[in-house]
Amino acid sequence: MSAAPARAASSGLLTGSGASERRLPWYHLLVTALASIALAAVVLVLLDSFSIGALVVLGYVLHLVVGYSYARAREGRRWAADRLVTLLVLGAFAVAMIPLVSLLWEVVARGLDKLLNPYPGYFFTHDMAGVVGGMASGGISHAIVGTLLVTLGASIISVPIGLLTSIFLVEYATSGPLRVLGRGITFLVDVMTGIPSIVAGLFGLALFITLTGDPGIRIGLMGSVALSVLMIPTVVRSSEEMLRLVPMELREAAFGLGVPKWLTIVKVVLRTSIAGLTTGVTLAVARVIGETAPLLLTVGALPLMNSHLFDGRMQTLPTFINSQYRSGNAVCNSETVTNPITQMQYACSTTINYDRAWAAALTLILIVMILNIAARLVSRFFAPKLGR
Amino acid sequence: MIARKTTLVPLAALGLTAALALSACGGSDGGTPVSDAGGAEAASANASGKLAGAGASSAESAESAWTQGFTATNPEASVTYDSVGSGAGREQFLNSGVQFAGTDAALTEDEIKQSSEACQGGKAFDVPVYISPIAVVFNLKGVDDLQLSPETIAGIFAGDITTWNDPAIAEDNPDVKLPSTKITPVHRSDSSGTTENFTQYLEKTAPKAWKHGEVEDWPVKGGQSGDGTSGLVSVVEGGDGTIGYADASKAGNLGIAKIKVGDEYVEYSPEAASKAVEDSPRVKGREKGDVVIELDRTLDDPSTYPLVLVSYMALCDTYEDKETADLVKSYASYVVSSQGQKAAGEVAGNAPLSDKLSQDATASIEKIKAKG
Amino acid sequence: MSSSAADPAPSPSQTRAPGAPDAADAPPSGPTGPSRSEDPRRGRAKRRPGDMIFTGLSVGSGLIIFLTLALVAIFLTVRSLPAIRDSREFGGGADAVSLWEFTAPLVFGTVFAAVLALVMAVPVSIGIALFISHFAPRRLATPLGFMIDLLAAVPSVVFGLWGGVWLVPKMQGLYELLNTYLGWIPLFAGPEPEPPMRNLATASIVLAVMILPIITAVSREVFLQTPRLQEEAALALGATRWETIRTVVLPFGRAGVVSASMLGLGRALGETMAVLMVLSPGSSFSLHILEVGQHNTIAANIASQSAEATPDVMARLIFTGLVLFIITFIINALARAIVARSARA
Repeated sequence: MSAAPARAASSGLLTGSGASERRLPWYHLLVTALASIALAAVVLVLLDSFSIGALVVLGYVLHLVVGYSYARAREGRRWAADRLVTLLVLGAFAVAMIPLVSLLWEVVARGLDKLLNPYPGYFFTHDMAGVVGGMASGGISHAIVGTLLVTLGASIISVPIGLLTSIFLVEYATSGPLRVLGRGITFLVDVMTGIPSIVAGLFGLALFITLTGDPGIRIGLMGSVALSVLMIPTVVRSSEEMLRLVPMELREAAFGLGVPKWLTIVKVVLRTSIAGLTTGVTLAVARVIGETAPLLLTVGALPLMNSHLFDGRMQTLPTFINSQYRSGNAVCNSETVTNPITQMQYACSTTINYDRAWAAALTLILIVMILNIAARLVSRFFAPKLGR
Repeated sequence: MIARKTTLVPLAALGLTAALALSACGGSDGGTPVSDAGGAEAASANASGKLAGAGASSAESAESAWTQGFTATNPEASVTYDSVGSGAGREQFLNSGVQFAGTDAALTEDEIKQSSEACQGGKAFDVPVYISPIAVVFNLKGVDDLQLSPETIAGIFAGDITTWNDPAIAEDNPDVKLPSTKITPVHRSDSSGTTENFTQYLEKTAPKAWKHGEVEDWPVKGGQSGDGTSGLVSVVEGGDGTIGYADASKAGNLGIAKIKVGDEYVEYSPEAASKAVEDSPRVKGREKGDVVIELDRTLDDPSTYPLVLVSYMALCDTYEDKETADLVKSYASYVVSSQGQKAAGEVAGNAPLSDKLSQDATASIEKIKAKG
Repeated sequence: MSSSAADPAPSPSQTRAPGAPDAADAPPSGPTGPSRSEDPRRGRAKRRPGDMIFTGLSVGSGLIIFLTLALVAIFLTVRSLPAIRDSREFGGGADAVSLWEFTAPLVFGTVFAAVLALVMAVPVSIGIALFISHFAPRRLATPLGFMIDLLAAVPSVVFGLWGGVWLVPKMQGLYELLNTYLGWIPLFAGPEPEPPMRNLATASIVLAVMILPIITAVSREVFLQTPRLQEEAALALGATRWETIRTVVLPFGRAGVVSASMLGLGRALGETMAVLMVLSPGSSFSLHILEVGQHNTIAANIASQSAEATPDVMARLIFTGLVLFIITFIINALARAIVARSARA
C-alpha cells in the first residue's frame, strides 16, 4: 500500500484537496450539497410530503445537478464530469448499503436473542431431539454439522474440477483440437450456469437412485453432488476470469527460465491469481451454502445429529430455516411443553419457529463470514509478495 | 451414526468459537424435569429399525410430534418424515422410496393398483391420521369478530364482493360496524390440499356463488397469494382488509371468522372438526380396511365445523420383512392411538380422531404382515 | 489486502506489452493476429511427465463437466418427454394442455424479472466496484469489499424473509408515486397498485440485491487488475479520475464485467425461494410490473407446484426447467458473442 503517485492523486481527488490549480477546495462540494439539501427541503415542504428518506433522495438527485453545474461553471467540463461520476459512484455504494444494512439488522435483531438465550452457545450445541410444537428449546448443532459437511463435500468435488477446467480453458485450450474442445466446454459451462437449483436437486436424486437402485436413498453426499452441479460453473467462470488476468509476461519469464509448463501454472499463474481465485471459490461456496431446494430433495430431514456424509439423512441450515419458517406459528395449548425424550418441561412460545429460523439464518451468515475471513487469510498467506 | 448427545468439539476446530462450546458445558437450558417420570410408559413392545416417511407438509408439526414421541418410547427405532408435499410423498411411497406417505388426499384407485410392486404383491391402503380445521382468517382494522356464511365467503373469494361494507357481509354481521376498506382475498400460490378442501367446501355449500369447482390450484386469475400456509398467513398479516384460509393452528394472532353451519355461526374448534369428520360417511367402493372419509360439507348440526382437512397415512398391507412390518405396525398404531393423537394435538393443534375412526384405523393397521 | 496480492507484478516487461488486450481477448473467441503465434500458452513446452499428467487432469475435468451436463440434459429431456408428447402442440388432443400457454408466460416472467434485476444491479455494481477499487481510501477498501461479499452469503430463504417482511411494506409509497406520475410508461401503468406490494417490481429488486454481490466481487477484482502503468500514464497525461476510468479501467474490465453480469443473470434466472416468498404469482404477459398476480418465474413455479404434482404435471414442470436451461444458454451465448466482438473492436 505504498503511496504510488496514482493513489496519491486519487485520494486527493476524493477529498477534493488536489493541487491542480483549477480545482476547487473540497468545502465547495459541501456548500453545493447543503444548498441542494436545502432546496430539496423547500420543494418537499411546498409539496407537503416531507420525510427524511425523500429529503435524502431528492437532495442527492438535486446535488447531481447543482454540483455538476457549479463545477462546470467554476472548474470546466472535464472536472465537472469527474465530480458527477464521484457522486454517482458514492450514490451506488450508498444504495447497496440500504439492503445490506437493513437485512443484517433484521437478521441480527430477530436472531440474536435465540443465540444468547438460555445461555450463549446453547443454540449451537443442542439438536432438535424431542423438540415439538412451541417448545422453547432446541438448537442447530445437527444442522451446522450437516451444512459444513455437505458444503465441504460439494467443495471437494467442485473446486478441483472447476479450477482444473479453468486452467484447461486458459492455459491449454489455445490451439488445435484442444481449442475446439475448449470452446465446447466454455459453452457447456455457460449452459450449466442456467441449471435451476431445483433441477440440480432432482438430478442428484435421480442419479443416486439409478446408481444404488434404492429409491429411498437420502444421504448427505447426494446433497454435495447436487450442490456441486451448481457450484462448478461458478468456480470455472470466476477462476477463468482471474487466470486470464495474469500477465503473459510472467509466463514468458518462467518459460524463459526453462520451467515446465505445469510448474509455471502451479507456481506462477496460480500463485499470482490466488487472491482472485479465493474470492471466486468463496463466492461459489457462499452461492451454494444457502441453497435450499436441492437439499430438500436429496438430504431429507432429521432432528438429530448425523455426522456421516455417506449414510443416513442429514439436517442442514437452509433446509432447517425453510422448515422452521414453513412450520409458521406454533400452537400453545398450555404454558409448558414436555420433551417426550428427556421428560423435561419447557415454556411454550408461539413464535418459536420463526425465532429459530432467524437465529439459524444469523448463524449461516456468521459461518460464511468466518469462511470468508479464513479464505482471505489463506490468500494473503499464499500470495506472492509483490511490490505494492 | 446418529447420536443424540453431541458436543461441539469438531465444530470448534472447524472455525466456530471454542468459547461457545465451552460455555455449553455449564448453565441451565430453562427446562424443568417433569416430576412424574412415568409419562413415558411404552405403549408397545420396543420396536427397532429404520422407517422413513414422506409427504404432506400440512401435517409436519404433527408428524414431528409422532416421530419424536415414538422414538422416545422406542429408542432403538428411528422414524423420519420428509415434508415434501403430498404428491411427491405418494410418488416416493409408490416407488418404494419410503415405507409410508402422508397425504392430504387418499390414494386414487389407480395408485392403489400401482402399489402392488411397492407392497410386495399386496395393496396399499389409507388411514386417517390428522384432522385439521381450516380457518377463514382476516386482518381488518377495527374488526375482531366476523361471521360469514358460505355464500359470502364464496363471493369474496370469487371476487364478486369487493368491499368490507358490502350488504352481504353486513347481513352476516348485524352488530359489527364494517369499514369501507377494499377486500383483498389471499390464496395459496402453491397447489395444496388446503386449497382443495376449501374450494370443495365452497362448491358444496355455495354452488351459486362459487363456480370454479374443487381444485388444488387456485382458479381465479390475479390477486394476492402466499406460498405455503406460513406465506399466506404473513401476506394476510401484512395487509389491511385481507382475508385468507389457513390451517387453524397456524392462524397466530389473526382474526378468525365464524362460519355459518345450519342456522348458526360456528367458531372452529378441534371438537367440532372431529365431529364433522365422524358424522361424515366413508367413501364407498373402497377395499375393506381402506379408511377414507367422504367429508360432508353441508352438515347443518351447529356442533360440527365442516371446513376441515383430513390427512391420511398411506401404508402397505405387506412389507418385505418382519422387522419392517412390525415397526410400521407399531408406529402407525401409535399415531392413530388416543395417546398419539393427544401428543399431536397438544403441539400441532389438530383435532383428534374419534374413537370409532381410531378403532377402525387400528384394525386395518393390525392386518399389516410380512411377505411370505 | 486481496488487491495487493492479486495485482500483477509491475515488472519491467509490462512496459513492452500491456496486459490489457491480452487478457481481454479470450482465446476461444479472440483474434488470431500474427502476435498470437508467440503466445507462450501454446504447447511449445517439451512433453514432460508432469505436463502430461496436468494436461490429462485438466482435460479430464472438462470432460467431467461435459458428462454432468449431458446427464442433466438427458435427465431433463427424458423426464419432460411425456409432457411434450401429450401436449396440444405435439400429438395430444385438442383439449390437452397447451405447452405454449403453460410455458410462454413463465418464460416471459422469468426473463422479464431477471432483466429488470440486471438493469438495476449492473450499474450499481459497477459503481460499487469502482468505489472500492478506485475511489475509497485504501484502508477502507478491504472492509467495504468484505461487507458486499457478506451479502452474497445471505441464503435466499433469508432474502425472501427480508423481502416479504421489510421491503414489501416500504415500497408502497414509491410505487404509488411511480404509478401516479409515471403511469404513462407502460412499466408503471395499470390500476393503482394494491398493498401488499408483492409484485414483479419488488421481486426484481430482491433479485437485484441478490446478484449485486456476485457482479460486484468479480468486477472489483477485475478493476483492481488494471495495469498500474496504464492508469498512471493516463493520469500523468492530465486525465481526470473519470477519464482514466473511462479510457483505461472500463475497457480493460469490460469482458470481466460482462462475464460477471452473466453469472448474476444465471442466478437471477434460476432463483427460487426469494421469488417464491415475495411474489404473488400469476400467468400473463403483462408489462405492468406494479400489478400483483400477473407474473411468475419458471424456478419459483417449479418449486411451488412440484410438491403436489401428479406425474403429468411434473413432466410439464420439468419441461419448463428444460426451457430455462435453453434460455440461459442463449443468453450466455449472446453475451459471449458481445464480449468477443468488443474485444475485436
